[in-house]
Amino acid sequence: MSVILKAENISKQYRLGLVGTGTISHDLNRWWARIRGKEDPYLKVGAVNDRSTKADSDYVWALQDINFEVQKGEVLGIIGKNGAGKSTLLKILSRVTIPTTGEIKTRGRIASLLEVGTGFHPELTGRENMYLNGAILGMTKAEIKAKETEIIEFSGCQRYVDTPVKRYSSGMRVRLAFAVAAFLEPDILVIDEVLAVGDAEFQKKAIGKMQDISKGDGRTVLFVSHNMAAVKSLCTRAIVLENGTSVFEGGTDEAVSFYLNLGNTKGGETLRYFKEEDFEKQSFFIESVGLKGKHKNYNDPLTREDDLIINVTLIKHTLEELVVVFRFKDDDGNIIFVTNSKDAQMNLDKKGKQLLAMHLPNFFFNEGNFSLDVMITNGKNNCF
Amino acid sequence: MSKLNEESWLYTISSKKKLIDFNFKEIWHYRDLLVLFVKRDVVTLYKQTVLGPLWYLIQPLFTALTFTLIFNKVANIETGTVPPFLFNLAGVSIWNYFSTCLTTTSDTFKSNEAIFGKVYFPRIIVPLSIILSNLLKFGIQLLIFIAFYIYYYSNGAAISVDSSIVFFPFIIVLMGLLGLGLGMIISSLVTKYRDLKFLVGFGVQLLMYVSAVMYPLALMRDKLPNIAWVVEYNPLAYIIETARFMLLGTGTINGFGIAYTVIITFLILFFGIIIFNRTEKTFIDTV
Repeated sequence: MSVILKAENISKQYRLGLVGTGTISHDLNRWWARIRGKEDPYLKVGAVNDRSTKADSDYVWALQDINFEVQKGEVLGIIGKNGAGKSTLLKILSRVTIPTTGEIKTRGRIASLLEVGTGFHPELTGRENMYLNGAILGMTKAEIKAKETEIIEFSGCQRYVDTPVKRYSSGMRVRLAFAVAAFLEPDILVIDEVLAVGDAEFQKKAIGKMQDISKGDGRTVLFVSHNMAAVKSLCTRAIVLENGTSVFEGGTDEAVSFYLNLGNTKGGETLRYFKEEDFEKQSFFIESVGLKGKHKNYNDPLTREDDLIINVTLIKHTLEELVVVFRFKDDDGNIIFVTNSKDAQMNLDKKGKQLLAMHLPNFFFNEGNFSLDVMITNGKNNCF
Repeated sequence: MSKLNEESWLYTISSKKKLIDFNFKEIWHYRDLLVLFVKRDVVTLYKQTVLGPLWYLIQPLFTALTFTLIFNKVANIETGTVPPFLFNLAGVSIWNYFSTCLTTTSDTFKSNEAIFGKVYFPRIIVPLSIILSNLLKFGIQLLIFIAFYIYYYSNGAAISVDSSIVFFPFIIVLMGLLGLGLGMIISSLVTKYRDLKFLVGFGVQLLMYVSAVMYPLALMRDKLPNIAWVVEYNPLAYIIETARFMLLGTGTINGFGIAYTVIITFLILFFGIIIFNRTEKTFIDTV
C-alpha cells in the first residue's frame, strides 16, 4: 500500500464580518509586510473557530494544523459537527481554494463531488448537460461517450434525455447529475453529503454504487457525511473534526462513537439526572429520574450500542394507584414511542418509596436526538 | 528515498503562490470542456427567442445605421470615398467583439461563482471560451459585412480590399487577446472590490469614443490636435484603424502603431494571466 494523498499542517484562515473599506488597509499592510520579507501580520491573529462565542478578532481559523495520510484504495470518512471545518477541508482538497498554510500532496487526480449537477444549464437537454457536467468534473468527451448508455440507464431518465433540463423535476435532475458523477473515474474521489438526494429507491442505488466504487474498483475515496450508518458501511477509517482541529483519527467505529460522544458531552441539552423539589405533590414525591446506559454511570455518554435504563424513584404518601407514563419524542416533537407502568403489569398502589426501572434494548432507536417525558397520572384526569 | 518520493507527487495544493502557474498540459486535458462551454454559450444565448441568431446581425446593423445618421448625416464626419454605413459597420463589428469580450470576461468569477465554488478545473477555460464564442459571433457579423460590401461594390463605391488583408485574422486575434487580458485583470479585482463593475459599465462606453470607432484617426488629429494623443495612445484605435484599412482601404496604416499595440497587448495579457492565476486560488473566500 502506498500513500496516495498526504496533508501537512493544513490551516485555513477566514476573515469575519463584511468586506468593506477596512479591507484595503489590511491588503496594503499585508503587501507592505511581504515587500519587507516579513510574515503576514494577520496570520498571527485569529482565534479558534467556535461559532457560539463572540470573537475578539476579525480573523478566525476554520482549520488548524490538519495532518493526515490516505493510503491507496482506502475510504476515509471525515465527520464532525456543523462548522467543524469539514467543508473547508473538502474545498481545499478539491482545489477550490488554497490553504493559508501547509500543503496537500497527491499522486492521483482528484475529482470532487461537493454538489451534484454543477454547471447544469437549464436550457440544454439532459444529454448535452451530461457532457457538460462530465467535462466540468474532468472527464474527456471520449470518456463520457463510452459510458453514455450506462449513465442514462443508471439515471433512469431515458425518456427525457433529449428534453431541456428546465422541464425536469428536481428529482430527475439530481438523478441525472448523480449518474454522471457515479461514472467518474478519478484516482481519488472526494464526496460531500450528496447521498441525501433522490427518493429512497435511488438513494439505495446510489449507496450501492458508492460501495462498488470503493470496494469493487479499489478507488480511494474521501467521504464526508452526517449519516453515520453510511460512514460505517463505506469507510475503512475516519477523522473527527471539531472546531477546525482534528480530534480523532482511527477506525470507523471508534471514530463514530467518539463523534457521538462529542455531541452528548458538549450538548448539555440532555438532562439525564435531576432532583427537583418542585415535583412535590400532595400524594407523592418524585425523588429522582435518571437515564443511563447499562453498566455505565449517569455521567457517561450514551451511544446506540448501549442498553438503556430509565430509573424513576417515587415516594408515595397515599395508597392511591399511580401510573408512570414514558413518552419519547424526536427532534421535531413527534411522539414516537409511549409506554406506561400499567402496560407492564406494575401496580404502584403501595405507600412509601417505589423504584421503577425501564429497560430499552440497544439499537432500539435510530440515530438522532430524542427527548423523554415522564408523566405520572392517577388514572383519572390528573397528570403531573 | 524521500527525494524520490517528493518527485513522484502528481501535484501539490499549497499555500505558496508561484508568480506564473500556467499549466498547458492541464488546460489541454480540459479542451473538451472549452469546446462544450463555447457550444453552451452559443446555443443557449438566444433560446426561446423568435429571431434567434438573427439578433447577432440586428445589433450591429442598427448601431451602424444610427451612427451613420448621427455622426455622418447630422455631424458631417467625412469618411472619404467609403460609404459611411460600411465604414461604421466595420468599426462597430470590430468594436463589439472587443467590448463583449471585455465585459463578459470581467464578470468571469462573479457569474461562475457557483461552479467555481464546487469543482476545480483550470479557471482560464472560462475566459478562453468567452473569447472563442464571441469570435464565432464576430464571424457571423463579418459575413453580413461582406454582403453589404459586395452590394456597395457592385453599385460602384470606391472601396478596395488592401493586400494586407491576409493579416486581418492576426488583428482580430490581437483584439481578442487585449479584451481577454483586460477582462482577466478586471475580473480578478472585481472579486474583492465591486466598484470596478460600475467602472466597466460606463468605462467601456467612454472607451468607444476614444477608439476611432465612428471616425477616422486622421480626423481626430485634424480637429482636436491637443487631445488627439488620447486616441493615439489607445491601442484599440490602432487596431480598428488598421482593420478598416485592410477591409476598406481607407485611413492609415502605421507600423509604429501596430508594434506599440502588440507590445501593449502582450503586456496586458501577461499581467492579466498573473493576476488571474493569483485570484483563482482564493477568490471563493472573498467573492
